[in-house]
Amino acid sequence: MAIFSVYVVNKAGGLIYQYDNYVPRAEVEKTFSFPLDLVLKIHDEKVVVSFGQRDGIRVGHAVLSINGVDVNGKFTAEGKEIQEYLRDPANYPVSIRFGRQKLSSNEKLMLASMFHSLFAIGSQLSPEVGSSGIEMLETDMFKLHCFQTLTGIKFIVLADPRQSGIDALLRKIYEIYSDFALKNPFYSLEMPIRCELFDQNLKSALEIAEKAGTFGPGS
Amino acid sequence: MTVHNLYIFDRNGTCLHYSEWNRKKQAGISKEEEFKLMYGMLFSIRSFVSKMSPLDMKDGFLSFQTSRYKLHYYETPTGIRLVMNTDLSVPNCRETLQQIYSTLYVDLIVKNPLCVLGESLQSELFNSKLDSFIRALPFFSVRAA
Repeated sequence: MAIFSVYVVNKAGGLIYQYDNYVPRAEVEKTFSFPLDLVLKIHDEKVVVSFGQRDGIRVGHAVLSINGVDVNGKFTAEGKEIQEYLRDPANYPVSIRFGRQKLSSNEKLMLASMFHSLFAIGSQLSPEVGSSGIEMLETDMFKLHCFQTLTGIKFIVLADPRQSGIDALLRKIYEIYSDFALKNPFYSLEMPIRCELFDQNLKSALEIAEKAGTFGPGS
Repeated sequence: MTVHNLYIFDRNGTCLHYSEWNRKKQAGISKEEEFKLMYGMLFSIRSFVSKMSPLDMKDGFLSFQTSRYKLHYYETPTGIRLVMNTDLSVPNCRETLQQIYSTLYVDLIVKNPLCVLGESLQSELFNSKLDSFIRALPFFSVRAA
């Protein structure tokens, strides 16, 4: 069981804090001989598999490293284009590591504001009177829990579907936000949170929540 | 426990069927607008979820809940999307939606030569069978509606 990540979204839908607590490794390394039996394409400045799913390499996975050296977007470490490099038979056999591409900070920003609008639509399409927005969204791999404060700030936690105690954790994060971000004289409202104490306390709260502990009296 | 409403969309976003049972609040927009909004929301949730997921997913998006209702989602490999809104006490409805697809939609719509696929469903038999199916569900009970 695990807590994957935490997002804090301000009332305008801007991402003001993000923390990846646990990133599961789902990477496959395989040695290929010429010609490569996967079809690759460039998507968002990354080389991703577009056809030829096999041995745990799935469509949508990105090239992460070639011969043990991490790639840099669509270029190899030496600065050559990956697709060009893989077209040359002289470079084979080659060992390529594939995996889910990690979210860039831009993508995280985009996803946070996307959730902000989904939250609003969720409440508009309600068949019942007085509904809030999305509080919990479930998939087979993770559950997303969202807590919106009265002032409109959203705390979002992504966790394993079996993880319990997320509601208490969300309230605890709100408390940590009030104590260490809001009370910090150098913190300006609605702006990204860069407070050391907030980071530290958030991390320990996540640890406690993962061990299914409680946050003591008053929470 | 109750069922509020049910939407069936095809893969192009056309609303094939809509029915409601205990719906207390309308969205405040015309039905066509509401279908578009619902389909658009599901479309975005699908892409949102596939980007957010830390691992590759099998079934993908299953359901979400707000403070007042729960939305259950089921998508077939052909892109038919079934969406059912219930109240919060209803457990996972994946099997129910799958059953609606396999016993009602496939049998009464796909196998019916008079039903044009991709257009809103006119079959009276389907409507009445669906209505009695939903009313027979263990978690369907008409509260003082």
